[in-house]
Amino acid sequence: MVESGFRTRTLAFDPNPAGGELYPMRKWLRCALTASLGVTLAVIPAGGQTRTYRAPRAADGKPNFNGIWQALNEAYWDIEAHAAAPSPVLELGAAHAVAGGLSIIDGGTILYKPLALAKKQENYANRLKLDPEIRCYLPGVPRANYMPYPFQVIQGPKYIMMIYTFAGAVRTIYMDEHKEAPADSWMGWSNGHWEGETLVVDTTGFNEQTWFDRAGNFHSDALHVVERYTAASPDHLLYEATIEDPNVFTRPWKISMLLYRRLEKSAQIMEFRCVEFVEELMYGHLRKKPSE
Amino acid sequence: MNHRFLVLLSGLVVPAAVTWLSTMPVAGQARSVGATTSGSSAKAYTAPRTPDGQPDLQGIWTNATYTPLERSKDVTKEFYTREEALEVAKRAAAQEAEQTEPGTVPDVHYDFTQFGLDRSQGAMASNLRTSLIVDPPDGRLPPLSAEGQRRAAERAAARKSRGGPHDAVQNEPLGARCILMDRNGPPMLAGAYNNTYQIMQAPGYVMILTEMLHDVRIIPLDGRPHLPPNVRQWTGSYRGHWEGQTLVVETTNLTDKFAFQGSSENMRLTERFTRVAEDTIRYQFTVEDPSTWTRPWSAEVPWKKDSGPIFEHACHEGNYGLYNTLVGARAEEKRAAEEAAKKKSPK
Repeated sequence: MVESGFRTRTLAFDPNPAGGELYPMRKWLRCALTASLGVTLAVIPAGGQTRTYRAPRAADGKPNFNGIWQALNEAYWDIEAHAAAPSPVLELGAAHAVAGGLSIIDGGTILYKPLALAKKQENYANRLKLDPEIRCYLPGVPRANYMPYPFQVIQGPKYIMMIYTFAGAVRTIYMDEHKEAPADSWMGWSNGHWEGETLVVDTTGFNEQTWFDRAGNFHSDALHVVERYTAASPDHLLYEATIEDPNVFTRPWKISMLLYRRLEKSAQIMEFRCVEFVEELMYGHLRKKPSE
Repeated sequence: MNHRFLVLLSGLVVPAAVTWLSTMPVAGQARSVGATTSGSSAKAYTAPRTPDGQPDLQGIWTNATYTPLERSKDVTKEFYTREEALEVAKRAAAQEAEQTEPGTVPDVHYDFTQFGLDRSQGAMASNLRTSLIVDPPDGRLPPLSAEGQRRAAERAAARKSRGGPHDAVQNEPLGARCILMDRNGPPMLAGAYNNTYQIMQAPGYVMILTEMLHDVRIIPLDGRPHLPPNVRQWTGSYRGHWEGQTLVVETTNLTDKFAFQGSSENMRLTERFTRVAEDTIRYQFTVEDPSTWTRPWSAEVPWKKDSGPIFEHACHEGNYGLYNTLVGARAEEKRAAEEAAKKKSPK
């Protein structure tokens, strides 16, 4: 599974131009996961309490995650710690200024390989041109989960659907028909299973076009995300995800945050068909010039 | 007839059409929307229930059909015989196959035969109807109201004033722009290919995922009010409830940007989903829009069980076609201008 997730495509910053195997993969992963385990348990707030909470059950006896959820943090600007900053668009002034926030990453920072770090900085410098969010592209995983919009979970025994406001993105999590990703995609191919109170989602088959945030943090098409959703109370979920991409990072890293239930009775996922909003930006220069 | 047409016809269409017809109910059992409330052909079948007690509509479905929305003017009856229906299906499949004639523009665009995208190769529900429209009884859209005629003229004039179809991205059809397609609705109607849907139910909701544009309708069943009148959405405000075996979905709050057969933003759509067999849902809808038509009208089309999985249709993200169309149009204009200049002032 781990090995099959890697692609041989050469990236602009190809860390391995010879094309040979970079890592003894399984050993490397095992070491990295073991090393991060202690950190993980230490940094989750009130870890003992969240672990013992037993969620209400769905009809099939599994924890019931049906509902509308939303992250309440500033990671959509930058998943690493960052201070408030002016908007990258002068005209938007304070209305679209960057909200300061703390890192959602265990250990604080992303461990980029040197060339990848240079690429990240280039992404940041050119973010107005390069951020796929600006073009209304499907946001990918995990970014979709902490954009500043709600998403809805529709849960069944065979499939769990996650339906996002932004760009109307959708994920199907296959609970009993696990298979390799049939093709690369923006939202990836998700296989899920239950581990007690926790929904574990293993997603591969990503393309290399999505980002983690508005700060240019990125990955390659070797991205492999393992997410863990655990109810911490009737109205919030602990969300953790391990991010692995040996083309870009020196070792896997983990994010964690809380997702909150939208409790208003009227809560609903509103239409956000943003393609229309970006057409002039993307194709305006191709408008016919008035004849002289 | 070209070679590929023969291959298609002999290899695929006939066997598919025969299967299709063998499962077809006799014409007399089918009844129009107007005459049906709970559905007479549903008599023999009761859908299983979801754990929270809803009739179970879950699964992967297709609404693919060769039946046109409006009855052809040379057809005067509501139902074909099986033989006639087979002939109509053959003809329609042949027309699709001709699109794959090597060297033609449609062939370059999509080779339906090769990629298995055409309707004759996938699941399709049997249907003896000569039109999807069941009311008015002539199977055709009712006449436009005075207001409807006025708006149609206004829209045509506005379109003209915006210039040619490729002058700006906003002049291109909604489907080419990846904003909205027939399959998304409302109402949800088949296109030429990829008419695949997934229905899931959770307590208080029915979710319908349309593969095209990865478009999702999450229909609340809790009786909540519609969105406020000033909040308009491409797919409107939709609310559902169960009437016996039938899921009824009412949609309002549409925009004037999406004109379904010329409809206005005042269109009110009522859709009815009834599982009439293990592998069939009857999809009926009624359009009420006095701003457009002199009377309401109704249509129905069966949805057939299909197989998954549903893939990610990242239409906008990969929309090279739209970009190339606009770039091509500008290049053509440039070339024409250069040629015109050359003619005016030969050196």
